[in-house]
Amino acid sequence: MASAPSPEVLRAPLVVEFPFTRSLGPVQSAFLTGLRERTVLGVRTTDGRTLVPPVEYDPVTADEIRDLVEVSATGTVATWAWNHEPRRGQPLDRPFAWVLVKLDGADTALLHALDAPGPEEVRTGMRVRIRWAAERTGAITDIACFEAYEGPEGGEAAPHEGEFSDPVTGIVAPARLDYTYAPGRAQTAYINALSEQRTVGERCPSCHKVYVPPRGACPTCGVATTDRVEVGPRGTVTTYCIVNIKAKNLDIEVPYVYAHIALDGADLALHARIAGIPYDQVRMGLRVEPVWTEGARFPDHYRPTGEPDADYDTYKELV
Amino acid sequence: MPPAKTSAKPSVMRSVRDIAIVAFGQTDHLRSTDELSEVEMLMPVLHQVLASTGLKTSDIGFTCSGSSDYLAGRAFSFTMALDGVGAWPPISESHVEMDGAWALYEAWTKLLTGDADTALVYSYGKSSPGSVRDVLTRQLDPYYVAPLWPDSVALAALQAQALIDAGDADEPALAGVAARSRGDAAANSHAQLSGSVPQGDYVVRPLRAGDCPPIGDGAAAVILAAGDRARELCERPAWIRGIDHRIEAHSLGVRDLTDSPSSRLAAERAGAFERPVDTAELHAPFTSQEIVLRKALKLGDDVSVNPSGGALAANPVMAAGLIRLGEAAARIHRGESDRALAHATSGPCLQQNLVAVLEGES
Ligand SMILES: [Zn+2]
Repeated sequence: MASAPSPEVLRAPLVVEFPFTRSLGPVQSAFLTGLRERTVLGVRTTDGRTLVPPVEYDPVTADEIRDLVEVSATGTVATWAWNHEPRRGQPLDRPFAWVLVKLDGADTALLHALDAPGPEEVRTGMRVRIRWAAERTGAITDIACFEAYEGPEGGEAAPHEGEFSDPVTGIVAPARLDYTYAPGRAQTAYINALSEQRTVGERCPSCHKVYVPPRGACPTCGVATTDRVEVGPRGTVTTYCIVNIKAKNLDIEVPYVYAHIALDGADLALHARIAGIPYDQVRMGLRVEPVWTEGARFPDHYRPTGEPDADYDTYKELV
Repeated sequence: MPPAKTSAKPSVMRSVRDIAIVAFGQTDHLRSTDELSEVEMLMPVLHQVLASTGLKTSDIGFTCSGSSDYLAGRAFSFTMALDGVGAWPPISESHVEMDGAWALYEAWTKLLTGDADTALVYSYGKSSPGSVRDVLTRQLDPYYVAPLWPDSVALAALQAQALIDAGDADEPALAGVAARSRGDAAANSHAQLSGSVPQGDYVVRPLRAGDCPPIGDGAAAVILAAGDRARELCERPAWIRGIDHRIEAHSLGVRDLTDSPSSRLAAERAGAFERPVDTAELHAPFTSQEIVLRKALKLGDDVSVNPSGGALAANPVMAAGLIRLGEAAARIHRGESDRALAHATSGPCLQQNLVAVLEGES
């Protein structure tokens, strides 16, 4: 048992990426399909205001609203902010202005980007128009951006049925966030020890339980676990299951056994695959030891040691 | 403490039980704490509030936390932090995927029901693993806004420009808010940014680096207690006289960005306008937002605003709002305030707002 030395901090890239699939209601569907057809639709509230972009419920009264109207592709900048360093995913990859634009015929403003040579060319009240994306799919990005516009003002909002052929009923919004994962003090020590083919846990100073893998805290006492303890390498199967379905990208033949293993000296079972024994002969109490493959960062699997089975009383608290 | 019998407006919600903040703790807020996991960062703060009340984890009636998976990049990340509160055997516990101020609100309602007499509220956020400007885009309207990836500074900059256009502020006024906040933070040992900090270059014009909060990691915890239990645990409890939270339309283009009607309504419902406050801890991560809030909350120049330095001095996302409640309470505990307003916000451009009124007994 040794007091924890200050560990070298481990870090690794972690990318979280999802294609979020979202269905659209009738108003959003009409609006996004309209953008595909270069038509901007708003929705009329019960008190006669025109909301662009449109929503299905009035933000003030919560009334259901479905009364679509068409507004102009020209409008006025309500407010703006100059973005000299565009970030990934933003509408333009050169400096641009974020703008809230009140389109002619609308009473509310739409957020988008304004293509302009510099901040001195942008002001609140300036006239702009939509620059359409060359390829449009029924998404807010069908508006490539806004651009300065000197022509006449658009007219009043006009009623629109919101009916288009082949309406868009959903969007797929890809999202990606990049992180640098750092596991913290306790898990760093655990991972570093594994690279030397050792398994370390941490002991709670209050209840003296040894946690493997350690997470830095005792969940019973709510205090930091600081005393590092080497456990195993041998252990006892406390419970197990037989896996009959092959996982994607996994080249392990089914059926195989996945087990909870209480390493000698640990008060928490960790889980691993059992091999080196027919699957139907694995049992509670089986004594096992880790098998490392060359260069691996954790044991590939556990195999029987050949010792007599452990007595149930020795591991019953860990099942 | 008998229930208040003042001529409250009927709109003001009076609590059926008196509940107070009796302890507050926070970490030092740092740009990065990558040597610590969330639970490792959180635990000293939990121990601090427990020690100051003499309570053990097993004495706590209800536990509620606030945090966000999007900061950690991992699902159910709050479950790992639960190890720090001694969650086995099972405890009465809840979580909000939001700033801890809203966790405090949930704990307050739990205490109101009489189901518990004490509550532990904590929250934490590590912004260092990711890019918080990008992470926060994921809380925006997924149909019309999030696909454009407008980051948190960009949206705050739109609000700042609207304020400038309305004549409510100019760049020197914004710089003044920054300088006052960081100057006050010199007395706050937990602050990440304090003293004289240059305004720097534009991040998104009209906001300069100095107008924006520091990006960092941190955690905070408070203990709530009801009635006589509060008096046993704390010499001068910070009684929650009222607390309320409100939300605005999610579409930015529907709102008047120079105003915060939801803050005003929450403050009214919390009873903030019945009598003047001497202190206001405002959760205004951007300088321009303090100007919006001062006006919406009708705070005069005689009110001490963000004596802690506020979110411009330390902005651990998901904890910064709870810290406003904690800082206001701590001033009451120390006898430096008799009646304080605490505010927390969430979402872009002050979309959601929580206001609490705290009082000490003289
Ligand atoms: Zn323990």
